[in-house]
Amino acid sequence: QSKVITGKITDTRDGTPLAGVSVVPKGSARGTTTGADGVFHLSVDKQPAALIISAVGYAQQEVAVGEGSINIKLVAGSSTSLGEVVVIGYGTVKKKDVTGSVSTVTLKDFQQGSITSPEQLIVGKVAGVTITSNGGQPGSGSTIRIRGGASLNASNDPLVVIDGLPLSSANFEGINPNDIESFNVLKDAASAAIYGSRASNGVILITSKHGKAGKAVINFAPQISASYNPKEYPVLSAGQFRTLVNTYGTPTQVAFLGSASTDWQKQIYQTAVTSDNNLNVSGSLYTVPYYLSGEFLSQDGILKTDNLKREALFLSLSPHLFNNYLKIDINVHGSNTDSRTANTSAVGSAVTFDPTQPVYNSKSPFGGYFEWMTNDTTPQSLSNRNPVALLQQYNAQNHALRSFGNIQIDYKLHFLPDLHANLNLGYDVARHDGTYRVPANAAQNYNAIPTLRGQNNQYYNNFKNKVLEWYFNYVKDLKALNSNINAMGGYGYYDNYNHNKNYPSISAANDTIPGTTPVYPTSFSEVTLQSWYGRLIYTYNDKYVLMGSIRTDGSSRFAPKYRWGVFPAGAFSWKASRESFLQDVHWLSDLTVRLSYGLTGNQDGIPYYSYLNYYSLSGNTNQIDFGNNYSNFYSPSAFAADLKWEQTTTSDAGLDFGFLNNRITGSVDYYYKKTRDLLATVFVPTLSNFGNQLTRNVGNMKDEGVDFNIRATVIRTNNLSWDVGFNVGYNKFTITNLTVSQDSLAKLVNYNVGGINGGTGNTIQVHSVGYSPFSFYVLQQIYNAKGQPIEGAYVDQNRDGIINQNDLIHYKSPFAPFTFGFSTSLNYHKWSISTVLRASVGNYVYNNAASNNAVIRNVLNPVGFLENAPSSILNTHFYNNQFFSSYYVENASFLKMDNLGIAYNAGYLAKNSYNLRLSLNCQNVFTVTKYTGSDPEIYGGIDNVLYPRPRTFTLGAKLSF
Amino acid sequence: CNKDLNRLPANSVFADSVYRNVAGYQGALATVYAGYTLTGSQGPASSDIAGVDAGTSDFVRCLWNVQELSTDEAVCAWGDPGVPDFHNMSWTSSDPILIGLYARSLYQITLCNDFITHCTASAESGAKISGSDTVTIAEMRAEARFLRAFQYAVLMDAFANPPFATETTPVGPLSFPKQIQRADLFKYVESELLACATSLPAPRTNVYGRADQAAAWALLARIYLNAGVYTGTNRYTDAITWSSKVIGAGYTLMPHYANLFEGDNNVNNTEQILSIPYDGINTQTYGGTTFLVNSACANSTYTPGSPGYAMSTANYGVPSGGWAGNRSTASLPALFPTPDSTKDKRGIFLNEPGVTSAIANISQFNQGVPVNKFTNITSTGVEAEPQAGGTFVSTDFPLFRLAEQYLIYAEAVLQGGTGGDATTALGYINLLRQRAYGNASGNISAGQLTLPFILDERGRELYWECFRRTDLIRFNEFTGGTYLWPWKGGVASGTAVDAHYAIYPIPVTDLQANSNLTQNPGY
Repeated sequence: QSKVITGKITDTRDGTPLAGVSVVPKGSARGTTTGADGVFHLSVDKQPAALIISAVGYAQQEVAVGEGSINIKLVAGSSTSLGEVVVIGYGTVKKKDVTGSVSTVTLKDFQQGSITSPEQLIVGKVAGVTITSNGGQPGSGSTIRIRGGASLNASNDPLVVIDGLPLSSANFEGINPNDIESFNVLKDAASAAIYGSRASNGVILITSKHGKAGKAVINFAPQISASYNPKEYPVLSAGQFRTLVNTYGTPTQVAFLGSASTDWQKQIYQTAVTSDNNLNVSGSLYTVPYYLSGEFLSQDGILKTDNLKREALFLSLSPHLFNNYLKIDINVHGSNTDSRTANTSAVGSAVTFDPTQPVYNSKSPFGGYFEWMTNDTTPQSLSNRNPVALLQQYNAQNHALRSFGNIQIDYKLHFLPDLHANLNLGYDVARHDGTYRVPANAAQNYNAIPTLRGQNNQYYNNFKNKVLEWYFNYVKDLKALNSNINAMGGYGYYDNYNHNKNYPSISAANDTIPGTTPVYPTSFSEVTLQSWYGRLIYTYNDKYVLMGSIRTDGSSRFAPKYRWGVFPAGAFSWKASRESFLQDVHWLSDLTVRLSYGLTGNQDGIPYYSYLNYYSLSGNTNQIDFGNNYSNFYSPSAFAADLKWEQTTTSDAGLDFGFLNNRITGSVDYYYKKTRDLLATVFVPTLSNFGNQLTRNVGNMKDEGVDFNIRATVIRTNNLSWDVGFNVGYNKFTITNLTVSQDSLAKLVNYNVGGINGGTGNTIQVHSVGYSPFSFYVLQQIYNAKGQPIEGAYVDQNRDGIINQNDLIHYKSPFAPFTFGFSTSLNYHKWSISTVLRASVGNYVYNNAASNNAVIRNVLNPVGFLENAPSSILNTHFYNNQFFSSYYVENASFLKMDNLGIAYNAGYLAKNSYNLRLSLNCQNVFTVTKYTGSDPEIYGGIDNVLYPRPRTFTLGAKLSF
Repeated sequence: CNKDLNRLPANSVFADSVYRNVAGYQGALATVYAGYTLTGSQGPASSDIAGVDAGTSDFVRCLWNVQELSTDEAVCAWGDPGVPDFHNMSWTSSDPILIGLYARSLYQITLCNDFITHCTASAESGAKISGSDTVTIAEMRAEARFLRAFQYAVLMDAFANPPFATETTPVGPLSFPKQIQRADLFKYVESELLACATSLPAPRTNVYGRADQAAAWALLARIYLNAGVYTGTNRYTDAITWSSKVIGAGYTLMPHYANLFEGDNNVNNTEQILSIPYDGINTQTYGGTTFLVNSACANSTYTPGSPGYAMSTANYGVPSGGWAGNRSTASLPALFPTPDSTKDKRGIFLNEPGVTSAIANISQFNQGVPVNKFTNITSTGVEAEPQAGGTFVSTDFPLFRLAEQYLIYAEAVLQGGTGGDATTALGYINLLRQRAYGNASGNISAGQLTLPFILDERGRELYWECFRRTDLIRFNEFTGGTYLWPWKGGVASGTAVDAHYAIYPIPVTDLQANSNLTQNPGY
């Protein structure tokens, strides 16, 4: 005797009927879904205790069943990323069951303003995660480090997974940040180890926006920004420069002074306008939730001639069929980027170009631009080039097409609904091509032979990445045992294929530069990974959670014998606040203790085939003359047949806490990472291999630190709320071993790294046992009574009477031991104001622009030209370059206000037909630092004048209807 | 599916495809010669070795810095790592240019070892090679043995006690080669040269740029001349024997000294025994003669009558080049009767307005004597064949030429070696003098032919050809205070330096990688 339960489901906000909502009797697997009118009819054999109502984009509800029709209102909320569910690798867990160190940043906490790349959304938001933009050029990307990274020569980039699709690299090109709903950062090995092979540097899981059940909602968000260079690199003014030349120069050199007064940095930078227009539609078509978005971005760089235009499309469909037994998630991203990239060598040239010279010179054969010349037709080959000419006579047109996406099919077995089978098929393809054009009359591409001047070059490359994954997931409540188990096991296949076309160098007159014809017209490379993985999460009494996972990966980068690595992890968490002795402590709403340990692997970032002994034909400029018969030769590459996985073990102890009904929440984690079998490029004994250096598994590194974050709602009333978030990361690296040799000499090992400008082959950093990687390696400067450095006076460390390489000392590191992030927002009625501050303490930068250029020898070049100097010359008065002086290693600690914004939310207007939000935002508001260059935030710690990070004002609107 | 993990590099081959036929062996032998010609295989900015800037990492550039910058013949304006240490005589085991010469020489030895391994009988039969091809391959094997001996001789001279391995040590698996002592290395080099000399092609019969018997004899003569330094036992008689063999093999002096160092010195060169050939288009490197020519010049902006200084890279055949680095101290032109080529045509120094021969500041390129010996101009006075950019040079570098053998013969005779005679020695020296002066006006008498004269004559004849340091050491004038030249020891007037600088240190990069190595004394 079956019975039919009827009801209607609507949205709480506006009462619109919701289609495609799943309605299932509690404890059963069979239910129904609502029609377009929001109405459902559910046939049941017997009266259920309750109905479980769920829909994508809404919080799940449990509704008691009475007599008659039921009206249910669903509260909007995001899909899986919000609320009580946390995305982890290959599935989700309830937040309370999280055993590892996972940080979540969602939409409402994102950085505001003109954000054109996804990673910029979470800058300063996550303890232990540093995101350093690679400068201010449009599309230039960022360097992301989670807990500092774990490797020397293999990759230190985290693995990025978008909607279940692992990307081959942390490459955000063409991804529209407006499509992103949330980030989950997996920091410790226990959470990340399920990604085994690529998890040593942490994992960033990105969840895109998805469609919600209900009527279509259209969002239109236009935004316009203006950016400018907030600070020039400090150099001598034309007046100061004249004084210097008059003081130190010969009469000839004085005669070179021009009569102009040119601020070259002003000449090359501009106020840049960016417009970014986003339109998206989401809702449900019949029973299929969809989200479709389009973006048109046009971004000018603050360096003249820089422009990037991007059109991006994103479609997601998430149909749930057969009463949610079959969930399909389809995501397709596509973008088309056209850019003109400026010649960034103008940035450095503007620092050193003589400020007494004019931009234009009517007699100049080089397009009318002033250039240093040795006679009426020849440019001075040793001097720098007119910065404006470098920009205007250079045209690089780039075109990038990228599409990536996946289809994920999750099937709940009908005969065993606790078991899911999940299949994930993904792809990521891109094509880049472009041209570089320089006219024949440009000094930057001068050639003694007129037909070989200028350039007309092209490039082309593409990549095709494939992902296949499947897994089974079994989740079962064992009521009798007061337990829950969540078991998962599966397989993954990942293939990355890169293809390049090789072109000769072509002059502006379309002549091929002799010798540049490539030996092979194309080249390609491919790397493949295969994996098996499994995980078991056991929860007892909702208080104790035990997790164990194992993954085995095979990589084509290693010989068959060393190919497979096994990466286990385990974790335990204890929900202490649920213990009876804490139940009465009312101010304590949550207290969880977490412990985890895991092993992860790394093989990214090293050459693809370095275990193989192969020979490559030399290039056409590398031929050997056997009696005027030039022949290419077979060049062997150094190889390590026994190359294997780099392995990192991470221990993590963490505490999550919540006070005052979770108005204050936070966590603190201590971690200790140890990497062994480092994939490091080291010197190997000569005569033993084809070369004296090779990437091998040598040495160890340790990395320990603390992450702390706290969030609090200080005020919460109907009209006023004030939220504060604060995080601190502490991290310390040390290399503990670094050699191929067998014995104690290992302690002496120094690997020079950190190449600098000035001279050929100078390096300023070193990898040494007992020190941070990339420690600066310098001579200790001696100062006079006025505190000025004395030229050539250094501490003779070994007291042998000679100052040479044996007197170099390890002095500071480019990595900040302490990083801080602070965010706050204040909401009052319809107004809100928010800001983000970020600080880095204890990081040092080598001011290479100063060490290379701020010397009189460079200002007064004996072959007959002048160059400007950074202002530090006024303090040093150095005549010759003192590249290794500790004077140039500067404290680059900083405090930055990343963002300051005000927004007005007009709410629903015109009879609730649309919603309007307006905002005004300033990014890169100010920087407090003692560093004497233009910007202290330099990843890697060697400053050769960064493309300035602009200060940007953005006016934005968001209209929803 | 697991097969998908076997990915192979594109555009590449494995050893069995290379060593399949004679053409393959020849391609591999080209690799061995490339080891001392170029810096790498993929353009002038690529390098086979690490620890030194790629463009600096070729054999000739490193050898030149080591042999010339440490002496009275050259100083360099650059502050590049390791460069100032040479004239300051303050080098350490981390000097990148020392790492460069050491690793480059040992890299070429590694290539030789690998090639020789593939030339063994079993490898040949595996590749189904027979008949006359077997003879060709045996000749190539002898060439590889010669090149290996040559590189060991360079290491013996500069570093004294390098690590040592032959074709019996497989290349690839991690191994820790043992160090060889200088005297033992001498014995090895000597025996290898004597052995391979019989299998090499007869003098002047091999393809240009490849070693023949005379190259092996010339190297024997060279090491015997220096045997006292290397082993403590003089071998002047042997030096006479082997230099005589070379002299008797049909080489003649080129009529014009300057042509030996010009852009077409590969054409009809009757004096050359073995050169490293370069070509501005096909053989590009920032080392080799491209380095020698470009580092010695610059384009300066100069207005006649004003106190600037004039120099044009067009005089050197590199219109777009000029790196403003090397020139000589005043000691080198002081060897000549006039500080230019008016009498002795070998003194190819430019006397440019605004250039001073005295050096107050080494970093100023217009202080010091510009040397115009190596150029990219041809013997007919035009720039060598059209090439990209006007920087890369087509001049070949002379490793062995007849004039050196004359000088070896004369010196060995004066030192008391037997098998030669003073009259012949004087005749050889006067052949060099007649070429230098264009007539007999510079000829010397038997009484003038003394050992100090030989050292000076070697300076005049062979300057900037990578001999000077070895010569000064043999005459005991390199370290200590007997002979001071400007900026010796980092002091403008010159100062005495410790004796341990006569041998360079084993680079720290290898000491740390291979614990079988012991540092040379004093470092």
